[in-house]
Order: sequence, then C-alpha cells, then structure tokens
Amino acid sequence: MTALLTILIVLFVAVALWQMVKIFDLAQIGDSNTQIADDKDNRINGYLMIGFLIFIYAITILSFMYLGDLPLISNSAAEHGPGIDNLMIISMVVIFIVQIVTQFLLHYFAYKYKGEKGKKALFYADNNTLEAVWTGIPVIVLAGLIIYGLFTWNDIMTIDEDKDPMVVELYAQQFNWKARYGGEDNVLGKANVRLIDLDNANILGVDESDPNAQDDVIVTELHLPVGKPVLFKMRSQDVLHSAYMPHFRAQMNCVPGMVTQFAFTPTVTTAEMRQNPDIQDKVKNINELRIERQAEIEEAGQDLLYEFDYLLLCNKICGKSHYNMQMKIVVETQEEFDAWIKEQKTFENSLLN
Amino acid sequence: MSATGDTHVHDDHDVHHHKETFVTKYIFSQDHKMIAKQYLLTGVIIMGIIGILMSLMIRMQIAWPEQPNVIFESLLGKWAPGGVMDADIYLALVTIHGTIMVFFVLTAGLSGTFSNLLIPLQIGARDMASGFLNMISYWLFFVSCVIMILSFFVEAGPAAAGWTIYPPLSALPLAQGGSGMGMTLWLVSMAIFIASSLLGSLNYIVTVINLRTKGMSMTRLPLTIWAFFVTAVIGVISFPVLLSAALLLIMDRSFGTSFFLSDIFIQGEVLHYQGGSPVLFEHLFWFLGHPEVYIVLLPALGITSEIIATNSRKPIFGYRAMVASILAIAFLSTIVWGHHMFISGMNPFLGSVFTFTTLLIAIPSAVKAFNYITTLWKGNLQMNPAMLFSIGLVSTFITGGLTGIILGDSALDINVHDTYFVVAHFHLVMGISALYGVFAGVYHWFPRMFGRMMNKNLGYLHFWVTAVCAYGVFFPMHFIGMAGLPRRYYTNSNFPLFDDTTNAQLVITMFALVGGAVQIVFLYNFISSIFYGKKAEQNPWKSNTLEWTAPVKHMHGNWPGEIPHVYRWSYDYSKPGHDDDFVPQNVPMKEGEEELHH
Repeated sequence: MTALLTILIVLFVAVALWQMVKIFDLAQIGDSNTQIADDKDNRINGYLMIGFLIFIYAITILSFMYLGDLPLISNSAAEHGPGIDNLMIISMVVIFIVQIVTQFLLHYFAYKYKGEKGKKALFYADNNTLEAVWTGIPVIVLAGLIIYGLFTWNDIMTIDEDKDPMVVELYAQQFNWKARYGGEDNVLGKANVRLIDLDNANILGVDESDPNAQDDVIVTELHLPVGKPVLFKMRSQDVLHSAYMPHFRAQMNCVPGMVTQFAFTPTVTTAEMRQNPDIQDKVKNINELRIERQAEIEEAGQDLLYEFDYLLLCNKICGKSHYNMQMKIVVETQEEFDAWIKEQKTFENSLLN
Repeated sequence: MSATGDTHVHDDHDVHHHKETFVTKYIFSQDHKMIAKQYLLTGVIIMGIIGILMSLMIRMQIAWPEQPNVIFESLLGKWAPGGVMDADIYLALVTIHGTIMVFFVLTAGLSGTFSNLLIPLQIGARDMASGFLNMISYWLFFVSCVIMILSFFVEAGPAAAGWTIYPPLSALPLAQGGSGMGMTLWLVSMAIFIASSLLGSLNYIVTVINLRTKGMSMTRLPLTIWAFFVTAVIGVISFPVLLSAALLLIMDRSFGTSFFLSDIFIQGEVLHYQGGSPVLFEHLFWFLGHPEVYIVLLPALGITSEIIATNSRKPIFGYRAMVASILAIAFLSTIVWGHHMFISGMNPFLGSVFTFTTLLIAIPSAVKAFNYITTLWKGNLQMNPAMLFSIGLVSTFITGGLTGIILGDSALDINVHDTYFVVAHFHLVMGISALYGVFAGVYHWFPRMFGRMMNKNLGYLHFWVTAVCAYGVFFPMHFIGMAGLPRRYYTNSNFPLFDDTTNAQLVITMFALVGGAVQIVFLYNFISSIFYGKKAEQNPWKSNTLEWTAPVKHMHGNWPGEIPHVYRWSYDYSKPGHDDDFVPQNVPMKEGEEELHH
C-alpha cells in the first residue's frame, strides 16, 4: 500500500514539475519568438559563461578548502610512497595549470565573442605554427611525465630479492582476508585450493606434506615489522579480489589460478602514525562527526570512537559483502613483531589431526 | 554517384511511397530518418530515463546508507525489504546502470540516432546503403533492450558483477545470485546488441564510402561524418572481440570449459576448472572496453565540431588536424586497453608499454580541445542551446580528460585504481561529455527531425542547471577517490576511516537529484515541441551542410529532385567575398574563389 502511495506521490511530483515547466513555456507565447538565439540571448548567456567560469573556480577552491585534507598525497607509510606522492603532486600541478588556463580561454571567448547582429566573424581556418605549438607543448610535458612515471613504476614493481624480503601470502576469499607467513625459514609451503581440507582446518589449501609448510603461520590480522621489505604473494580461492593498502600506496589483484605479487617496505609504525599531527586532526574530525551520529553508530554495534589503523581493503567487486572485506594492518618494531609471531600457532599445530 | 543513378533510385522510392502502411512507416521502417527517431526514442529517451533513475537510486543509497527509503520500497519491491536496499541489488543497479548508459544510451542511442539521421543527409544520399539491414539493426537493438530490462524480473536478480562482468564472479552462480539467470540474460542481450551494432556500423561505413554525392570528397566531409565513420570502423574492429569473450564466458558457464577459470574453491567445494585465466577475459573485455570509450565520445565530438562551427559563424579551426586527431585517437584507442589492468597481475613491463601509449592519446585530445577554443576566438557566437551544450562538452572533456593523465600513469594508478577518482574521471570525460553531445545534437537537429523548433528558454534552463550539477557531482568526487575510498561499496559505514567523506557524499547526492530532476524540463520540451513547437524554417541555424537543403517535411529519398552536388567543404562561414555569413556546400564556387582551407 505504501508502495502504491509513493508511486502516486512521485508521479504527482513529476506531473507538478511538468506543469510548472509548462507554465514557464506558456508564459513566453506572444513573444515573437523564433526559438533561435537573438542578441539578448547571446548577451545573457555570454554573461552566464563568465558566471560559470567563476563557478568552476569556486568549486575548485571550495573542494580544496573543505575536502583538501582527504587526498592521500602525504604521510605515506611505505618507502616507495613519496615517489608516487611526488609524481602525483607534479601531475596535479600540471593539470591545474592547464585546467585553469583552458577553462578561462573557453569561457572567456564564449563571453567575449558573443554574437551580435551585423557582426561578421573572422574567417580563420588554419594556422600551422599555432597547431605545431599546441601539439609540441603536450608532447614535451607528457614526455616528462611518462619518463618520470615509468621510472617510478619500475622502482616499485622491480622486486629486489637481495634485500631478503619477508614473504607474506595474502589470501582472499569471499569476504575476508587471511595472511600467511613463511615462518622461521621464510619460505611459504606449496598450496592449492584443491588441497583445502576443512575437516582438518586446512583452510588455505596448504600442502600438509611440504616440509616448508610446517612452520607457516596463518593469521587474520596482518603484522609487519617496520623498515623490513615485505614481498606479498597474493592468492584468491574464488573470485577476483584486490588487495588495496592505500596508506602504503600499494594495490594488486588477487586472481584465482595464479599468484600475483607486490613488494614494499613499511616505514612508519602504527603507533608513530597515530602521533602524526595530520592523522590526529583527521581522527579528531572523524570522531566529532561520529559523536553527532552516536545513536546510529551504537545501534550498529560499532565502537563510537575511531582510532587510526592501517587497513587492507578489497577493491575489486567480489559479491554481496564486498563493502566489508577488510583486514587490520599493524606496523610495529621488529621486537614487537617477533614477540607477536611467536604467540601464533604454526600451520603444523593448527591442523586438527 | 552519377546523376542518372540518383534519379533512378528516387523513382523507386516514389513508387514505394504509395504502398506505405502504418506498419512500414512507423514500425518496420527502412527509412533512415524514421530509424533515427526510433533509436532516439528507445535508446536515448527510454533507456536514458531508466539509466538515470538507477544512478539516482545509487546516489541515494550512498548518501543515506541502509536507511529505509520509500522510493526503494516502491521501485525495488522484494529487493528492498522494509525500504532498505539490499546489498545484492545495489551491485545490480551499479552493473545495469553502467551497461545501459555505456552501451544502450551512449553507443546505440547516440550513434544510432545521429549516424542514421545525418550520414545520408549530410553526404547527399537517398538513404543508407541497406535500408533493410538498418531496420534489422534497430529491431535487434530493441530486442536486446527488452531482454536487459527483463533481467530485473528473474528470481535471483539481474547481473551484478559490474558492467565489466569479470569472471569468476560473473561465471559462478555460487559466487553471487545475479550470476545465474540474470547474467545469462545479460550475455544474451549483449550478444544481440553486438550483432545490431555491427550491422549498423557496416552500414554506416559502406554508406560513407560509396554513396557520397558528386563533389563530396573525403576532405569535404563534415567532421560529424568523419567522426561517425571512424566510430563505426572502431566498432567493427573491437565489438567482435567482446562477442568472442561473451561466447567463451557462456561456454565456461554452461558447458564446463575453462577459458577464464582455474583452481576455484567456493561454498565448500572445489570446482573442476583448471588452466584458464580471468586475466585473459580482462584483455578481451578491454580490447573492446577501451575503444568503446571513443565509440561513445567521438560521435559527440563530431556533433560538437559541427555545432561550434555553425554557431560561431566561423570555419572549424584546423580541419585537417581535426581529422588527423580523430584517426590518431581511433588508432591509439585500440592499443591502450592495458591501462585498465596495471594491477591485474599482468607483467609490469606491459604496464610500462600501456602507460606510454595511453599518455600519447592526450596529444590528439589536446589538439582537439585547443582547436575548439580557437574556433570560438573572434567568432560571432550564437548562443543556441545546442551551442551551450557543445561548449559545455569541451569544458567537461578538458576537466575529465586531464585526470586521465593520472590514471594512465601506471605508478599513480596503483593508489587510485577502482576508487571514486576513476568514477569521477570517466563520468566527466565520457559520460557527461557524450550526454552533452546527445543533447546538443537533439537541440540542433530537432527541426530536421520533427520539422519544429524546441523552446530555447527551456533549453537554457536545462543546460545551466545540468552544467552546474554535473560539476557539483563529479568535481568533489575526485577528492573522495584520492582519500582511497573504493567504488562499488554498498555502504562505507564499516570503515570509520572514511567517515569524513560522508558530508561530501551528501552534497554530491543533492546535486545529482537536482540534476536528475531538471531532465524533466528537457523531456517536457522534447515531447511538447514535437506536437506544439514552432514550425521550423528550412535552415534555421543558417548552416552549410546538405541536410538543411532537403525539404522540412520528410520524404523517402530525402530530396525531391536531383541530389544536390557539392562544390566546397562545409565550413565556409563568414568567408570573405560573400554577402551572407554562410555558404552552403551546394553553392558553386565563384569565379576565382579558392578553397581556403587547403
């Protein structure tokens, strides 16, 4: 019944809008209106073009004022992060210069050369020099960006095995994450989903007969020692997922049937990041907003106050609960890490039989 | 085409004219003008309304997550128990919104309407090369629309794996309800759609190559036709690849093959698939998927070129550079698909290659933008609604295109991939820009289609509110994306980390609702003008192209007598030595007059 009523109401609102437009329309009858722009239209819309240019600039400035602290272009927590952030800032500067200048020219010309009866436009069909200039400038600027970008990309994607990275498997399934450490030998045991044996609590399909697998450690919270290179090996058991760690400027898809990889070195511990003034501002801001929505949040059974943590998010559509597929990441000192991993069960000991 | 040949064709049509019944005139019509109107009504108006309504529901869910909403309750029925939208249907809405807007509205709707209407009229042909194929093409499109909409009424819901339908999610009903019957219908609908699109494209290509009137050399073609022509070529090259991907996916789904699937454990069982790779699907999908962006955008740019020149009363600046950049974009568009897959697990070296080719595309795009701006310079701008939408298109094309420099850069893509940054980018550069192209085209060629004028003041209202809302929606969205917020999340309430984006989300939804509502103004203007609009003159915009030399009242064969011959390019606006500020293409050169653009 309510459904029917709402449909009716929506319908009536639409009809009302329609009628309002109609009145607007009828009000113009009697005008000797040809429906072709005349000088008055050209003038008004010319001014509106300038108005719109101001609007574009205003929304840019307002976005920076109110949303400017959202972008992750500082405070990266990985060694390669500043490289990406610098490239991002340079690209943004280029973009904003081009944006401001071209939008100005476009809208200013639209205003400046608004039509008038009797005026004649300039017949100007071609100018090879001009065109060479604005083909050349993008070529040079883009060449710079491409070269910088490719060096950055190469640095990130080239995995330096000499640095003896800690090997960690990120294992994705609908809708949660697991992490597997190589253990004492830092070598992951072989694994395949065909070896999954739920009755034996072998949930990742690790090869029970592989000697390298015995000391593997499987956890649901990712701990990383600060300053130590980590080589992630990603696996998925069902559909595509994407391991997205925004604070570390890291992301790689998890693809069923293959192992993908990504490596980085965390540089800031969780505790240090929580002391960062920017992060503290952000957390304070978030908590103010959360206190406003106190009832709603408590009803949902969440903690009212937010405390900063690094996160691993799923960033590839993976089904119904895609929106809540996350894992906490803790970056800590080597000692803290060693103490933590000692408490975890090894694979051998986690099996039921 | 010789003059005698033309007369002959014309006679044929005249005989046919008398036998015309309601069915052959309005339903199974083979006349390109009627088919264009059919595409406009089905592809742009009806599918457009459905697609936009879905986007508004998506925005409402994002702004007020998991809260009861009577609109959801009434429109979504069992998928919004108590008015709270279900997470599955959210993904379905995202999926079908994307599919409808990209394929049905901005591919079939845009090309179907304007290629059909303008190719024969602007090149001086009696009709398409094959009216029959053209009719089949429309009706296949109609069937695919019906099937896509029907998928909302199957038990487990419509396809919900995103418009990119990456397997295994799209292949396994166990992974998602929508991957059952809903996905089957999606694939069937798309297969029919592709057949329709290919028939249409082949027809456009053949028509442009063979049926140009006397004097219409390729270098005198209006840029609209160049754009439609090249679009059709890209479609013929890339759509078959999507068809093969869809067929292989159907094989995997229904016949147990393993093209895209391997080593899967789901809901307690190991599936038999072995040796396939989802990455292969991604390659096949994006081999169409990226050219598709230009299949959507190029016709809009073609329309803009024509409208900006006409309303500036100036030749389009750098005609040859414009043609060259269309060709360059078309070529590059087929070798950049990998920039959607930087982090798919493919070899990082490939990432470098695709970064290189992708950023190259910025060069012809920049040339186009600068040429539009220069066309305005020292013009005599007639601010008709079509002109406003064209200027608006250039604006959003620049704003949206610039962020492509970030996304095309593999190193930067790592952190903004699949976030709202991407959503903002592609909506501006291809969604909004192409929609503006559609609107510009409708306002400009409405007199040609219906013999009446649309109301300009409603057009102004429509443009300005839409333009403000488009920026209001998509500009702040970049910032949310750069905060790391992934797209396609049903709600962000499980991530307190993103709580500081909620106010921005609310503002965006407000802009979206206003922007959606103002489309009613357009709808009203469109429908009422068909019946009550002011009668149009033969050439209301004082344009040079041939379509305005045909009589206002539509007829088979387009021109009553001989097809006009062409003596000049279509951009002789404000040419020195002429009294009027336009010289139609069928006006012979004066003695001693030169073709100045060469």
